[in-house]
Parts: sequence; C-alpha cells; structure tokens
Amino acid sequence: MSQIVTVVDYGRGNLYSISQALRHLGCEARITSDLAAIEAAERMILPGVGAFADGMEGLRARKLVGPLKAYCASGRPLLGICLGMQLLMDESEEFGTHPGLGIVPGRVTRLPQVAGYKVPHVGWSPLVPASPWKGTALADLGEKPFMYFVHSYAVAPSRPADRLAMTPYAEGEFCSVLKSANVSGCQFHPEKSAAPGLKILANFVRNLQESAR
Amino acid sequence: MNTHNTRVIARLDIKGPNVVKGIHLEGLRIVGNPGALARKYYEAGADELLYMDIVASLYGRNNLTHIIEETAKDIFIPLTVGGGVRKLEDIVTLLRAGADKVAINTAAIKRPELLKEASRAFGSQCIVLSIEAKRQAPGKWEAYTDNGRERTGVDAVQWALRAAELGAGEILLTSIDQEGTQNGFDTDLVSKIARKVPIPVIVGGGAGKLEDFSAVVAEGADAVSAAYVFHRDVLSIKAVKGALAEGGAMVRA
Repeated sequence: MSQIVTVVDYGRGNLYSISQALRHLGCEARITSDLAAIEAAERMILPGVGAFADGMEGLRARKLVGPLKAYCASGRPLLGICLGMQLLMDESEEFGTHPGLGIVPGRVTRLPQVAGYKVPHVGWSPLVPASPWKGTALADLGEKPFMYFVHSYAVAPSRPADRLAMTPYAEGEFCSVLKSANVSGCQFHPEKSAAPGLKILANFVRNLQESAR
Repeated sequence: MNTHNTRVIARLDIKGPNVVKGIHLEGLRIVGNPGALARKYYEAGADELLYMDIVASLYGRNNLTHIIEETAKDIFIPLTVGGGVRKLEDIVTLLRAGADKVAINTAAIKRPELLKEASRAFGSQCIVLSIEAKRQAPGKWEAYTDNGRERTGVDAVQWALRAAELGAGEILLTSIDQEGTQNGFDTDLVSKIARKVPIPVIVGGGAGKLEDFSAVVAEGADAVSAAYVFHRDVLSIKAVKGALAEGGAMVRA
C-alpha cells in the first residue's frame, strides 16, 4: 500500500519536486491547504521557499496556523523543509522581526557576513551530528553526507538537544537539521540532494521517528 | 577548514528536442538527447544541471517546459533553466515544471526592474542573472544578448554589481570569447566580478583542461559550468571535482 504524505500548500514551495521525490519513493503526495485534510493527516511535510513574513502570511491567509500547531501537538510526524523549517520557530529577523509558529523554541537569524563567504549560501555542504542520528530521519546516512542548500537565514534552536545536525559555514556553523519530539526540520532541500536527500525522505516516510510518539 | 563549497555544473544547450553545442555560442551541432545526458550527469555526480534554450530569443519564448517536467521526475538535483524568460508568468511556468531557478539575460538588460520584481515574487534564490560577456579592450567587457549576437552597450562588470543590488540571487557569467574553445575560462573577467559581488557566481565558457577549473575557482568562482568537455567525455565530473579538491576547494564527492 502506498504511503500518503500530506504536503501543505500555502503558495510558497516547489511542490512539484517534492511530490516527484515522494512518488519516486513509492509514496503519494497529497498537496493540500484544506483544513479537514490537514486535521486528518498522518504524516506531513511543510515545504517553502521565499521570505519568512511572506510565508507566515501564506499560512495565515489560509487559516492554517492553528491547525498546524494542533497537528504538531498531537504527536504526529512533521518535516519542515527550508522556509518550512524556519516557520516552526518563535520568530525570525528577516526584514524586521516577525513571529513564527512557535512550535520549536528559538529564532531564525541571518548567516554572518564573513569575508570570502557569500550570503546566500548556495551549494552542497555536509551534515555533522549534533545529537545521535539513530532512529531519526538521518539514520544510516553515513559520515558527513552532503546536501543542497540555498538560504540566507538559519535556525538557532534554544534547546541544544533540538539540534540534530550542524553544517559548517563561514568560519562557524549553523543548525541544518532540527528534531524536537515528533517535529523535524531541515534547512537544505532533501528533494534536491540526490540519493542522500531521498534517503532522508524515505526515513521520514518509514516513520523512524515513530519512537517519539 | 574551508567550508566554502564549489559546485560543478553540467550545461545543456537545447535546440528543439536536442542538446547542441557550438563555438562562441554559434555553429551548433547536435550532441545528444537531453534526458539521456541529464541522467548521465546526475549519476556522475553533477551538482546542478543548467538548461539553456538557445533559440528561445528568436521565438520569444522558452520551449523547455516539457523537457524540464520529464527531467524533474527522476533527477533530484537543482535545475536551472534559461532562454527566453521575459516576464513573471514565464518564471511561474518554469518553476511549476520543476525548475529550481531561472536564468534571465535579454529581458533584464531591457528592463532591469524585472530582477527586482522577480526576486520579490519568487525569492532571490531562484533568480539567476545570465551575463554573456565579450571582451572589448583589456579589462573591459560588454554584456551581449541572444547568445552573443547582440551588443547592448552595457558594461558587464557594472551590470553584475547592479544585478546583485536589484535582487538577483546568483550570476551566471559566460565568456563569449572563450565559449566552446576549450582554451580555458576568462580568468581576468572572473577576477573583476566574482569577489566584488555579494552573491554566488557560476562561471562558464572555455573549459578544456582540469587546471582550467582550479584556475577559475582561485579567482573566486563559486561554481563552474562546462558543456563540451562533459558531452564528449574529454573530462569526467569526478576528475574535475578531484582537481578542485586537490586545490583546496570543498566539493561533494
């Protein structure tokens, strides 16, 4: 039986690529902004590209803020991708301070401007463990898997335990994967990160995070 | 530790249903099938694919939608698409077809505000300014359009700086003089732009030997693109990455 993954459509994501990646893994992507479908979802991806405030506006306009919070509070698995991960935080400093969903404590901050490094950070960078990957979406990825990033901001979770992986950049590092109980997020695009990225989606679909429920 | 990543990009110039290749962007010959080449480069470890509809300007539209849709079904790396992108609706169509970024040249030269409007609407991350630069005098390059056929009177270096201010997320910098020659990238040109702009620069045009790639990365290129040497198996993507890593760049294995 093919697994169904609910992909939240709030007008801000490359939904075609995500749905193709899920199809490749034998899953069905149910792309929706329908409240009933979100309430009934068993596994959810919150995608997104673009600016933070604009993304929150997209959620608000579709009355999705409350239902997304309720979904996460229910213990069902959610994976935020790129902007979709950033929206999980308390607030972002992108173009002024804007409140987020407040599902994971912490902020979204701009990557530091360091000589020799560009912002946006575009390209393939490695993941380094911050917490054990066993039983998470990063299980069995091998050492230092490279993923495709394109972003100017990154999450800074308040609780160190919420950091699952870090990525070195510009003489520092940022949190590239977070996991807080049933809620995960990745700053890179797994649907654009070749075989290792597909592996993350496959892990998520196979519900390795089930143990957190 | 160097945490600055360098990308190796395979470029596919498309005319009708075929991948073609010329010299100085002219004298086109068919080199293969887009689907087969895309798969070959994906499996060989290309970091991105760059598709250019190189006759789009003639017809005033991009004809790659179908090719991109098919590619995005089983190729899971970023896809950049250019050629004939004139207005916001063109960008919507390509992004919906599975493109991650669009490259804009002619339309942005004619109306630079398009870069601002496009980056506001879709985010800077998916707006690539394509500059086709031709040397006019030592240290002086002019931006061309229509695959190096049309002069614009615009200084390539100034244009790169302005495009970054307008909201472009990356610059694709192709040297018309070097394109298709295998004589190496125009490192002078790259040195005038790559470290001066705050956004990543993808350099193309002229790749022939492994040393060419290291030389242009040393001048600040954030990504390198090549077509002929990959199409004809003169160099493998793996070998290029090996050479870059040896030079101290961080590359995806």
